[in-house]
Order: sequence, then structure tokens, then C-alpha cells
Amino acid sequence: MNENERQTISVNLKINSVNHALQIEPRVSLLDALREFAGLTGTKKGCNQGACGACTVLVDGTRINSCFALAVQYEGRDITTIEGLAEDGELHALQSAFIEHDGFQCGYCTPGQICSAVGMFKEFQRGLPSAVSETMTGEIEFSDEEIKERMSGNLCRCGAYVGITEAIHEAFDAEVKR
Amino acid sequence: MKPFVYSRATEAAAAVRQVSNERSAKFIAGGTNLLDLMKSGVELPDRLVDIARLPLAEITALPQGGVRIGAMARNSTAANHPLVRERYPVLTQAFLAGATGQIRNMASVGGNLMQRTRCPYFYDPAMRCNKREPGSGCSAVEGFNRIHAVLGASEQCIAVHPSDMCVALAALDAVVRVQGPEGEREIPFDDFHRLPGDTPQQDTNLRHGELITAVDLPALPFAKRSHYLKVRDRASYEFALVSVAAVLDVSGGRVRDARVALGGVAHKPWRAREAEKILTGARANEETYRKAAEAALSGARAYKHNTFKIELAKRAIVRALSTAGGSGA
Ligand SMILES: Cc1cc2nc3c(=O)[nH]c(=O)nc-3n(C[C@H](O)[C@H](O)[C@H](O)COP(=O)(O)OP(=O)(O)OC[C@H]3O[C@@H](n4cnc5c(N)ncnc54)[C@H](O)[C@@H]3O)c2cc1C
Ligand code: FES
Ligand code: FES
Repeated sequence: MNENERQTISVNLKINSVNHALQIEPRVSLLDALREFAGLTGTKKGCNQGACGACTVLVDGTRINSCFALAVQYEGRDITTIEGLAEDGELHALQSAFIEHDGFQCGYCTPGQICSAVGMFKEFQRGLPSAVSETMTGEIEFSDEEIKERMSGNLCRCGAYVGITEAIHEAFDAEVKR
Repeated sequence: MKPFVYSRATEAAAAVRQVSNERSAKFIAGGTNLLDLMKSGVELPDRLVDIARLPLAEITALPQGGVRIGAMARNSTAANHPLVRERYPVLTQAFLAGATGQIRNMASVGGNLMQRTRCPYFYDPAMRCNKREPGSGCSAVEGFNRIHAVLGASEQCIAVHPSDMCVALAALDAVVRVQGPEGEREIPFDDFHRLPGDTPQQDTNLRHGELITAVDLPALPFAKRSHYLKVRDRASYEFALVSVAAVLDVSGGRVRDARVALGGVAHKPWRAREAEKILTGARANEETYRKAAEAALSGARAYKHNTFKIELAKRAIVRALSTAGGSGA
């Protein structure tokens, strides 16, 4: 394709319940659309190739890597970023737990960690097993081992993993279905 | 990333038409492999046809006891589907051994079948690679080849197929359903992926423009007793050095029937039929499993840095069979 005849398209993204009408090229990733076009810089770009999880956002409640997604593919879907987790000025329980348990040092991986953990807990509540679940059919315990395996798509180069795991327990343990 | 034209397909026939009509057009599903390769300059399509919204995500029971998984079913959805978890635990385990929670939520079953090798020379357009640029040579044969093939390779290419899901599908004798410009056809799993030979640029026998619509799993009641073992450099979020899908029918201390497939060792998911022959009818014990493992790797050939894979694969086979066979009752 000739560089001069680049296709620009209008893409309507619903981000944190707000509609954004963007004029972008189809090759713009969801991550770049959020940061460069919608001005929402909470979502971070780490590796830009699926290896770190810093770009994790929620689409219809499901966690994905936004660096690997074309923005246009997510038109009309419900996108939630770290900026959309607080409600009525009140932090999400997991955000507070991250502060209380030192779930970060530099904070670069944190938006991705938090969005990922919110999606991860929904998967757990739905009964999705993981590679470390004892049984593929029975009940699963919300253990450290489960959390670490399920969160393995989010790297933290500061090594705040202990605090991250504690924060996740603090925010979700009470909700675990028994 | 090179610019391209994007269109979203609303029906399968239109998607097939759009891609068949244009040599450098491609389908995009989850995008987790294709966009990666486009960012690296390995794939350079002029047009992407988005198939993510086609109604191809259903997972249904087949009349004879099998299961059909739609090509757009996401890896996490397929892993968690009751029909898959109950009838084919090896497949659920293989899905869950792959990638991460986020990627499994995006990755489709069709895209997983079509994912390309993780050979670092393939990923780097500055290096010679017969798969990326036919005739340029293979950098891995003389290069750092720790993750490369020990079975079925050629001098043209020693890359391995990276999928976990496909190893389980090979063991389960899955059938790939495709729709092309001339209609539909079914491809037995063994015929889907190719060995490199002199045409390593061709990973599969799918023709340009053909759309994978579903994967059929035939009824296999003893697959309830199955296990997927993946050995890798770190405990999670890493491709397999070696993996084994083992399905065993054991009763009265004997193996009635067996299916064994290997990952990480060849250009395609490797069905170990020699191992299956040794297992069938033999006592279900470690001695038998070791013999089967020796048979599976008897044709293996290592390169400079991957000799360890041969013994690793044998031990992984023994362990996977022991786990699948349970106490051997
Ligand atoms: C960091 C990382 C780690 C990973 N780890 C693992 C792992 O441990 N194990 C593992 O198995 N996989 C792993 N993967 C690979 C992952 O499973 C694949 O990227 C994914 O399955 C591809 O599916 P997709 O829907 O995203 O495909 P896409 O990227 O959308 O497409 C891939 C290819 O398939 C073609 N295609 C897609 N759907 C169809 C269809 N229906 N018919 C015909 N052609 C089609 C496309 O044209 C394209 O060429 C990993 C990926 C990443 C990025
Ligand atoms: S930026 Fe997306 S995974 Fe690293
Ligand atoms: S807090 Fe620094 S990378 Fe995680």
C-alpha cells in the first residue's frame, strides 16, 4: 500500500463509560489510542509485545493486553482503564489495598496489575481453573499459588510481588464464594 | 507497523472472498500473534479482514459424543467449557499451560492453530531465515539452537511449532473444519501442519483464503484419563522446551489404548505413534513407559545446543504417562 493513501477511519471507543470519537489509522493499537488519542495515560506501555502486562485493560469486564489489540477491533465494547475503577471519587477496594500493602515501588506496572487482578478475580469466581489448580473440575482455593499463576502475565521489575499478592488477598478474600 | 486497509467481516463467505481475492490480505482474530509479527516487520499484509465478530465462537456437543469448538472461541473460554473440561482434561490443561490470563482471553482457537514459530531468527528480519525469506538460509542450524527441533527437521529449517493447544489436539485426533472459495472441507489434524522439508515457508496445508471455522474433537471416552505436561525455562508464561499430551486407557493393570503427542520438538505437533504401539497391550508400569519414550525419540537428531531435549522429552513422556495412568488400576 502506498504511504500516501493511508486509510484513516473514525473509531468510536467507549472508555470508562464515556464515548470517544477518534480519527485514527487502523494500525493504531488500543494502547496508543488510549494514551495518545484519548489522553488517558494511566494505562502504561512496557514491552509493547505482550510480555509484561503493563498495558492490561478490561473489555466488557475481561482483561486483555491493549498493546496487542487494534483499537478498531474494540469499537462499541465497554473498555475500562485504571482511570475508570474508582466510583464517585472513592478508590476501588484493590486500589486502597495496593496503597496499604505497598503493592508497588515505582508504580509503572501498577495500573496493569490492578486491572489484571480485577479481571483475574472475576475469572476465579466464574470457576475457571488455572495451571496450578489441583483439579480441573472441583473447587479451587484462592491461595497464593493460584494468585501467582493467574497473575503471571504481569511483571514487576521492582519486585513488589509480595505486596501485590497481599493486596489481592485483602481486597478479594472476603468475596470468595464458599 | 506498515499501514494496511482494515475491514470487519459480518459473514464468513465475505471474509473468505476478501482474503482470497488479495494475495497479501490476511484474517485477523485475536491479533496476539499477527500484530506481534507485523510490529517486527515479519508479516506485511496490505489488508486485514477482521473475523472476530463472526458467529464462530460456539462450543457444542456432537451427536456421536464428540465436541465442536468454533474457531473464534477464545482459549480461556474453550479451556473452561464443561464439555471440554469433562471429556478432554488434557485439552483444558494444554490451554491453561499456554501464555497468560490476558492472552488466553484474546487468543482464538483458529489463531492458535495458525500461530507461527518463536524461532528468534524468524522474528528478526536482519537474520537469514528460509521460513521468512525462502532461499536465504537457516541461521539456526549453525546458530544458537537450544529451543529448536530434534525430530522431523530439515537442513532448510529446524524451527519448532510453539502451540500447547495443538499438542493436545494432535493426541485427540481432532479434525479442522475450513471454508474456502470452493466450499468446505475437513482436514485431519495430522495433515494440518507440515514438516519443513524444502518449503519451510509453509507452516500448514491451509490454502490462502481458507477460513478455519471449527475444530471437531471425536468421541474418546478414555480421554477422561489424560494429562498435559509442559517443561519450560520458568514456571509460567513461557513456551515449552518439551511438552507431552498423554491419553491412556488402562484397566486390569494393562494399557488398552494410548495416544501420545509431543510439543517443542518438531516443526509440527508430533504424534508419537511408535510409542503408542509399544504401550498398547503392555503392562501399565514405568518400564513400559520408558520403552515407549525410547521409541518415540528413536529418530531424534540434536543440534549443537539442544541435545538435552532428547532425554528431557523421554523423561517427560514417562512422567506424563505415569500421571495419566494413575495407579494403573
Ligand atoms: C507473550 C506470549 C506468550 C505466549 N505463550 C504461549 C504459550 O505458552 N503456548 C501457546 O500455545 N501459545 C502461546 N502464545 C501464542 C498464542 O497462543 C497465539 O498468539 C494465539 O493463539 C493466536 O491466536 P489469535 O486469535 O490472537 O491469532 P491472530 O494473531 O489473530 O492470528 C494468527 C494467524 O492466524 C490466522 N488466523 C486466525 N484465525 C484464523 C481462522 N479462523 N482461519 C484461518 N486463519 C486464521 C491469521 O491470519 C494469522 O495469520 C503466546 C503469545 C504471546 C504473545
Ligand atoms: S505493553 Fe502490553 S504486555 Fe507489555
Ligand atoms: S512497581 Fe516498579 S515495576 Fe512494578
